[in-house]
Amino acid sequence: MTATAALTGGFANAPVDAAHAFRAIMTVMARPGEIRSVTQATPPAPLSVAAGTLILTLCDPETGLHLAGACDTPAVREWVAFHTGAPIVAPADAVFAVGSWADLSPVSQFPIGTPEYPDRSASLIVECNALTASGAVLEGPGIRDTAHLSLPETAAFAANHALYPLGLDFFFTAGDQVAALPRSTAVREG
Amino acid sequence: MSLMDDYNFAYLDEQTKRMIRRAILKGLAVPGYQVPFASREMPMPYGWGTGGVQVSAATLTPDDTLKVIDQGADDTTNAVSIRKFFERTAGVATTEETTEASIIQTRHRIPEVDLTEDQVLVYQVPIPEPLRFLEPRETETRKMHSLEEYGLMHVKLYEDISRHGNISTAFAYPVMVNDRYVMDPSPIPKFDNPKMEMAAIQLFGAGREQRIYAVPPWTKVVSLDFEDYPFEASKADHSCELCGSDSSYLDEVILDDAGNRMFVCSDTDYCRSRREAGHQGRLAGETV
Amino acid sequence: MYVAVKGGERAIDNAHAWLAEERRGDLSVAEMSIAQIREQLSLAVNRVMAEGSLYDPDLAALAIKQSRGDLIEAIFLIRAYRTTLPRFGATVPVETGEMRCDRRISATFKEAPGGQVLGPTFDYTHRLLDFKLAAEGEPATAPQSEGRTDPTPHITGFLQGEDLIQTEPRDETEPRDITRQPMSYPADRATRAQALARGDEGFVLSLAYSTQRGYAKNHAFVGELRIGLVDVEMEIPELGFSIDIGEVQLTECETVNQFAGSKTEPPQFTRGYGLVFGQTERKAISMALVDRALRWEELGEDFKGAPAQDEEFVLSHCDNIQATGFLEHIKLPHYVDFQSELELVRKMRREAADNAAAQEAAQ
Repeated sequence: MTATAALTGGFANAPVDAAHAFRAIMTVMARPGEIRSVTQATPPAPLSVAAGTLILTLCDPETGLHLAGACDTPAVREWVAFHTGAPIVAPADAVFAVGSWADLSPVSQFPIGTPEYPDRSASLIVECNALTASGAVLEGPGIRDTAHLSLPETAAFAANHALYPLGLDFFFTAGDQVAALPRSTAVREG
Repeated sequence: MSLMDDYNFAYLDEQTKRMIRRAILKGLAVPGYQVPFASREMPMPYGWGTGGVQVSAATLTPDDTLKVIDQGADDTTNAVSIRKFFERTAGVATTEETTEASIIQTRHRIPEVDLTEDQVLVYQVPIPEPLRFLEPRETETRKMHSLEEYGLMHVKLYEDISRHGNISTAFAYPVMVNDRYVMDPSPIPKFDNPKMEMAAIQLFGAGREQRIYAVPPWTKVVSLDFEDYPFEASKADHSCELCGSDSSYLDEVILDDAGNRMFVCSDTDYCRSRREAGHQGRLAGETV
Repeated sequence: MYVAVKGGERAIDNAHAWLAEERRGDLSVAEMSIAQIREQLSLAVNRVMAEGSLYDPDLAALAIKQSRGDLIEAIFLIRAYRTTLPRFGATVPVETGEMRCDRRISATFKEAPGGQVLGPTFDYTHRLLDFKLAAEGEPATAPQSEGRTDPTPHITGFLQGEDLIQTEPRDETEPRDITRQPMSYPADRATRAQALARGDEGFVLSLAYSTQRGYAKNHAFVGELRIGLVDVEMEIPELGFSIDIGEVQLTECETVNQFAGSKTEPPQFTRGYGLVFGQTERKAISMALVDRALRWEELGEDFKGAPAQDEEFVLSHCDNIQATGFLEHIKLPHYVDFQSELELVRKMRREAADNAAAQEAAQ
């Protein structure tokens, strides 16, 4: 990646692009299992468009970002630094983290909040090959009866839910698609 | 060039919006938990909807249609003022029709018609802490929430019953959200409580108290009560004298010096649409 | 036919037009300029800058003009404007020991290097209305003397030499910014100081007064009060050094307070500290007293239940913009809540009447 490449791929019109992206992000967090498209950012490989958009919409100098495994490249670091100013941090200090499920695991290394401040926890952006409304069965707030989502596994997410109201919140990204799984969602094998 | 051309889309700067958006996401992930946020000083007074305005500003897109109500009405002065603020700073379309709106900012009411999946309801909240009137200290109430120690609240409600034969809370009636957090639904009448299990996303903003919380669609929301004193969503025992509705929440209006009263829908858009559809109440068309 | 009250928008526009007319007042009287307010109502300007947390005398003067002299309203205007300003960075901490003092007094030592300088104070004026001011008079002039060129040392420094006063540990951690982070308790001293520095003058004054009257009594001597200009420096990373970006007027107060000591520690004085924008000495002294009262835990004192000792009480109620907003919001419509209570009270009265009737019938 050239020096100028870090400067590209941001929001064309930050206030408006961020607003549209956030509404999609908020919708998937409010409705676990629902898949939406976010196309506002063009990050360097290996980040997906959706992961890049999440980072631009939510990260800034106040939020430590952990780049897991293959995501931690000089090009990604430069791009994140230029567009968000977010410090790159270790898992234990992360407010956000991005990477493949394998690279993010074990997720027990990320902060899950405290009993008085359960919000002081990390949100993980899990890069996936594809997202479909199939597989694991989801139940909980935001879901009228049940929903389905192609999670990388179920045990870890069920364990995370057992920590409620502590725990991690997850976004899943593939291409320009995004879905979410907050800690409030109960998960079982589909 | 208007004064507001100097300000960012929806007034707040992008960093502030990001901070609020992060708080909204946490709120949705832990329904009913009050997320601290660095509320900004808005160009309107604390207590007049600064929390709701910040949440709306962080949620709005230019494609939205915004409705603002206060006491159920679109034309109350503070609703007018907030609607105007967003017309100027975000350039969004506004409406008085509940069904046309994608974001509804409200003070003290939930609209009568069922909200849909595509809608967001933003509440203005004065005191987000449901335990505040029992325990003024934030350090204490935070502990009580963390330990799920809500006995004090039940004791208070029970004392009401022993003294008055009724739970004497008529608005801001506490609810249990997702079986975990006791939450203040904002000062809506308890009549509105059962509507909170709805299709729309509900966001709550308390500016002065620096808290945001949320209820995702279809989240379990239970008004606190006792087996022998079940919760009751009460309203004035009348029907609307303009549109005839017997299921809407009513305002009591004093008509003359003799103190004669009439009851009309507090949700002005609901009342209007019913009248347009041909429904008539007792005093419709009469000169009063 | 009954028509629901409409016309909120027109009512608001009309109210604003009337307000603008009233603000200007009698057109036969000359309009006030911003410069006149800045120069001739400078203590009001100072208060607005201090509680507005924005050092800009012209903007503060504009806010006072716009608010018709309602200073809390002016502070509100400044705060709302301040929120929208971009942050370029933080300055280096100001060095009040280098202050060019217009006023510097100590109640603890009769004489000290730098002297007792009264400066432009009301202290010894007889509070007699000066009717000469009602007419336009000759400009007042004060006698001049050579200013001190050496820095004026802090009085508490002399006590520190003998270890008679607690040394405040130097803390290099960056203080939180209470306008960018939500308040949480317990708060550290820097956070408390920020809240007090922008807190309502009247509220902080009354709390300070309450400590003098025995609610968490801790007798305070004004070790030093100084008012003057200090340089403001900013580090420019690209240059690798800091540059002067201007100067601000500050009022600083350090109190010297009793401390009993213990079996293991010999007695030592402690301090309270106040630092406020502009010439605002009532506020700075009040702040120092309240700061000291809030340090009870750190200094191993008892919590006596006094308001001034209660951090959460003090910090969550000292902001006049928060207070006035919430106070005044009760004039907004509350028909819906009131209606719900009305129905409940009617219902309970009905039930009470029925019960009474039933009892009567039973007898």
